[in-house]
Amino acid sequence: MRRLRERAIETVLFLAAASSVFVTLGIVGILVTESLPFFEHVSLKDFLTDTEWTPLFENARYGILPLLAGTFLSTCIALLVAIPLGTVAAAFLSEYIRPSVREVLKPILELLAAVPTVVYGYFALLFVTPLLQKIIPSLSGFNVLSAGLVIGVMIVPYVSSLSEDAMRSVPGHLREASFAVGASRMQTAFRVVIPAAFSGITSAYILGISRALGETMVVAIAAGMQPNLTLNPTQPAATITAFIVQVSLGDLPHGSIGYQSIYVAGLSLLCLTLCFNIIGLWLRKRFQEKE
Amino acid sequence: MELSQAGSASPSAVMHSVDDIHANIKRRQFWDFVFALVGLMSLLFALITLLTLIVDLAMTGVPRLSTEFFMNFPSRFAERAGILSAWVGSFCIMLTTAFCAIPLGVAAGVYLEEYAKKNWISQIIELNIINLAGIPSITYGLMALGLFVYKLKLGQSILTAGLTLGLLVLPIIIVTTREAIRSIPNTIREASYAMGASKWQTIRYHILPYSSGGILTGVIISLSRAIGETAPLITIGALTFIAFLPTAPVEGHFPFINFKWLMDPFTVMPIQMFNWLSRPQPEFHVNAAATGVVLLVMTLIMNGGAIYLRSRFRKKMKW
Repeated sequence: MRRLRERAIETVLFLAAASSVFVTLGIVGILVTESLPFFEHVSLKDFLTDTEWTPLFENARYGILPLLAGTFLSTCIALLVAIPLGTVAAAFLSEYIRPSVREVLKPILELLAAVPTVVYGYFALLFVTPLLQKIIPSLSGFNVLSAGLVIGVMIVPYVSSLSEDAMRSVPGHLREASFAVGASRMQTAFRVVIPAAFSGITSAYILGISRALGETMVVAIAAGMQPNLTLNPTQPAATITAFIVQVSLGDLPHGSIGYQSIYVAGLSLLCLTLCFNIIGLWLRKRFQEKE
Repeated sequence: MELSQAGSASPSAVMHSVDDIHANIKRRQFWDFVFALVGLMSLLFALITLLTLIVDLAMTGVPRLSTEFFMNFPSRFAERAGILSAWVGSFCIMLTTAFCAIPLGVAAGVYLEEYAKKNWISQIIELNIINLAGIPSITYGLMALGLFVYKLKLGQSILTAGLTLGLLVLPIIIVTTREAIRSIPNTIREASYAMGASKWQTIRYHILPYSSGGILTGVIISLSRAIGETAPLITIGALTFIAFLPTAPVEGHFPFINFKWLMDPFTVMPIQMFNWLSRPQPEFHVNAAATGVVLLVMTLIMNGGAIYLRSRFRKKMKW
C-alpha cells in the first residue's frame, strides 16, 4: 500500500518535471507547424535575400533582412553598453568591495532587471530620446539608438551578476599568489581573475545577448516599428519582436499570411537565440569541468 | 662570484633601482585607483539610471494617481480614463499564473532534487530548463496563440494568459525550489528515514517545510516577472480597450462560486500602459506614467520583499 503510494507520487512528480520538456517541444512544434505553410507562398531564397518586409501590404514582400538588421543593430548597441559596464561593475564588486557592502549593492543592481520592460519603453521614448535629440538634432522621434541604449542598461545586471559569480568562484589562492609577486588589485583582476573566470563571464555575455535579441517592448515603443534595412541607429527600424507585436495588435485571422508571417519571424528569432544558448551551454559545461 | 658583484655595485645604482621600484609602485597604485574609480562610476551609472527612471516616472505619474484613476474604465478622454479593467485583469491573471505554475514548478523541483537519478532523462530535463530561461518571452506568446487559442479553443481569455505566463515563469520556480532544497543537509533526510519515514513523508514533513522560505522567494520573483510581462499577452491577442470587468466569481445562488471569469477577455496594466504610450497626445502619456508608477511600485515591493525574505532565511537557517 505504502509502496504503491510512493510509486504514484514519484510518477506524478516526474510528470511535472517532464512537463518543462513538453513546453520546449510545444514551442518548437507550434512555431514550425504554423510557419510551414508560409513557405508554400514564399521561397526560402526570397525570404533570406529580399530586402523588403511588407507582408501586410498590397504587393507583399517577404525578406527577413530588414528585421534582422533592426534586431542586429539594437542588440549591438545594447551590448556596447552592457558588456563594458557589466564587466567593470562585476570586477569592481568582486575584487574591490567589502562583502558586506557587496551584499547590499548587488540586489539593488539586480532591481534593474526587475523593472517591467514597458516602463523601460516609456523611459526610452520620453526621456532618453528627447535627451539625445539635444546632442544629435537630426535624431528622429523613434530611433534604434535610444531603444538600444536603454536595453543595454536593462541587461547590465544579467551580465554583471553572472560575471561576478564567476569571478568570485575563482579560488582565493590564485589571487594571493598574484598579490604575493607584487601585482596590484587591477593587475590581479585583469591578468588572473578575469582569464580564470573567462568561460563563466562569456556565458553571462551570452545570456545578455539572448535577452537583448528577444527584448520586445522597448523596441516596439521607442524604435518605431518600421521595417527598415539600415544600420543607421538614428533612424526608426523594426526588430523581429517589434514586428510580431505590431501584427498582433491588429485583427489577425487564423491561417492568413499575416498570421503565418509572425510565426516565421518567431521561428527566426528562436533559431537565433537557440544558437547563442547552445554556445552558452557548451561554455558553461567547460566552466564546470574546470572547477 | 655573483654575491661579490652585487656587493660591489655602486650605491647610486642601487638607489636608482629603488627609485624605479617606487615609481613603479606609484604608477600601479595610480592605475589601480583609476580602475576603482571607473568601477565605481559604472556601478553608479547603472544605479543613477535606475533612480532617474523612477524619479522621471514619478514626477509625471504620481500627480495623476487618484481613487478615480483606479476605479475608472479606459476612455477616449485622457482625464476620465482609468485602469480599473487593467488592474483587475492583472490580478486575475496573477492568480491563474500562480495556480498553474507553483504546483508544477515545486513538484518538478522536488523531483529533480530528491528523486532524479543521474541518467539521460534527468540530464535532458536539466538542460532544457536552462535553455527555457533563455528563450524570448514573445515565443511563448506565439506558442500560446497557436496551441491554447486555436488548437485547444480556449480563446483570448484570462485562462490562456494565465497558462502562458505560468509556463513562462516555470523555470524560475523550478530553479529556486531546487536551490532551496539543495541547501538542506542530508542529515535531516537520514534522521527522518531512521525514524521509519518513507521518502514522500520525509519530503512532506521535512524537505518542503524547511525549503518553504526559498520557494516563497522564487514564487514572489516569478510573479513580479509575470505582472510586468507584456509581449506574450499582446501576441495571444489581449485587447487594449476593455470597458467591462470579468464575470464576478461569486453569485447569489448555488453553488455560489463560478469560474466563468476564466474565459473572459482581459487587459492588463502593462498593455494599458503600452496602449496609452503609443498615442501621440501627451495627456495619455501622463496616464501611461501613472500606470507605470503603479507597476513599478508593485514590482519593487515584490522584489524588495523577496530580497528581505532571502536574507532572513539565510540568517535563520543554521544547520
